Amino acid sequence: MTALSLKDLDISYGDTQITHKVSLDIAEGESFALVGESGSGKSTVLKAIAGLAPRWTGEIHVLGKARGHGVDRDFSRVCQMVFQDPYGSLHPRKTVDATLGEALTIHGIGDRSARVEEVMGSVGLDRKFRFRFPHQLSGGQRQRVAIARALILKPKILLLDEPTSALDVSVQAEILNLLKRLRREQNLTFLMVTHNLPVVSFLCDRLAVMRQGRIVEVAGVDELKRGNLKEPYSRELMQISAAHAT
Amino acid sequence: MRPLLEIENLRITFPTARGDIDVVRGVSFTLGRERLGIVGESGSGKSMTGRSILKLVRAPGRVTADKLAFDGIDLSTRSEKQMRSIRGARISMVMQDPKFSLNPVMTIGEQIAEALLTHKRLPRREVNDRVQTMLESVRITDPERVARLYPHEVSGGMGQRVMIAMMLIPEPDLLIADEPTSALDVSVQAQVLDIIDELVRRKGMGLIFISHDLNLVSSYCDRILVMNTGEVVEECKAGELMNATHPYTRGLIASIPRLDETRDELPVLDRSAWAKA
Repeated sequence: MTALSLKDLDISYGDTQITHKVSLDIAEGESFALVGESGSGKSTVLKAIAGLAPRWTGEIHVLGKARGHGVDRDFSRVCQMVFQDPYGSLHPRKTVDATLGEALTIHGIGDRSARVEEVMGSVGLDRKFRFRFPHQLSGGQRQRVAIARALILKPKILLLDEPTSALDVSVQAEILNLLKRLRREQNLTFLMVTHNLPVVSFLCDRLAVMRQGRIVEVAGVDELKRGNLKEPYSRELMQISAAHAT
Repeated sequence: MRPLLEIENLRITFPTARGDIDVVRGVSFTLGRERLGIVGESGSGKSMTGRSILKLVRAPGRVTADKLAFDGIDLSTRSEKQMRSIRGARISMVMQDPKFSLNPVMTIGEQIAEALLTHKRLPRREVNDRVQTMLESVRITDPERVARLYPHEVSGGMGQRVMIAMMLIPEPDLLIADEPTSALDVSVQAQVLDIIDELVRRKGMGLIFISHDLNLVSSYCDRILVMNTGEVVEECKAGELMNATHPYTRGLIASIPRLDETRDELPVLDRSAWAKA
């Protein structure tokens, strides 16, 4: 079944049109990457799906249901987003407990304490962190909180916006392993935005290369591993990436 | 030939409620007119090491060293006033994020000119010419227009090139680049580093490149220091990084995913194995 389907998506900020006719189909349980440089519109696509960029035309279907332009609670239950910068995406004056519990309150879900502890356990955060503030946590721990916040409603789809680019390589490895394990355990569908091709190679099944608001190529990750991307622009990205590999 | 920079037994200490904490513990190295990379994770003390060279570690932090000499000048005895004639003119530093490091209410041209005029009196025509040439050398195609823009009107990559222009216009002998590209995306990263590399080679400067990215450092430096919890754990030539022996360095290398990744799980550092409390 298709988890996420975009058809002819044109997204605008004010009068500026950012994406042009973006169409994608992502199967349930698949891990899909959107790659491209800054300004290519890849993050904007995620924002539109999450409802943070409401000026779009075209169609967004999530698990077979069309998504409207407004806030949609049923939608929030199945699809959640993790942001790039764990230093900026957590409320500085709310404890981990308050951050995680807020979603439960909004959706009128009881059993709060048990749910918070369960989700903290699944992202590998010790119970002692529950009543701490973000400034008392390291970058990796904060990103775990951000992932836990997204997972507490038990969504089916996670939108990941550069989830590891603000982290050290050793911490990046921990978060990537965590995401991989969570996807396996909870049968999640990932749509991840990144400019890091090796991360795609580790975590994803398919990728789409975006440039100036358009998808220029969709390929399987095996094509990436073998260096078989077809479009000249995709090959250029691959070469930049390979030049810095050791 | 006398080395450009000599550091022996550098210690940086911060007082906390639970007693003093050494964030840098006995770091020693010398630098000629070469490109030195310092790599390590957050909290390894790499940025503090860079800042201490310019005496930018603020109180209550304390810096002590058996030797801290730049081109024969003993930096540890310099006053703030004397340091101001060294900062910028002889040693300069490119910071991480152009968004926070450029003055938002001055045009780019004025800021670059200021860097020059702080150290030298020059006629206005010559200042303008040098600003234009400098912007051209960081590959800004329309320098006259860009000089009139404010920092918020340019992209991150261009902002970083402006900062490099500003740092290099007084023609310093040593450039410290602290994560100069981590706020930029990959395609622009390479471009910015190529510019730094070219200018450093052409002017025969020394470069200290501080980064957490092992791959980047090994492709742009001659020599690498790996830091962990305030100490240098490994020193090697950039080309020999793959033969590194210290378990920390090997752990860092192994944790980076590859383009042709086949491992199902990435190895994670076991910090308890070698970190001293």
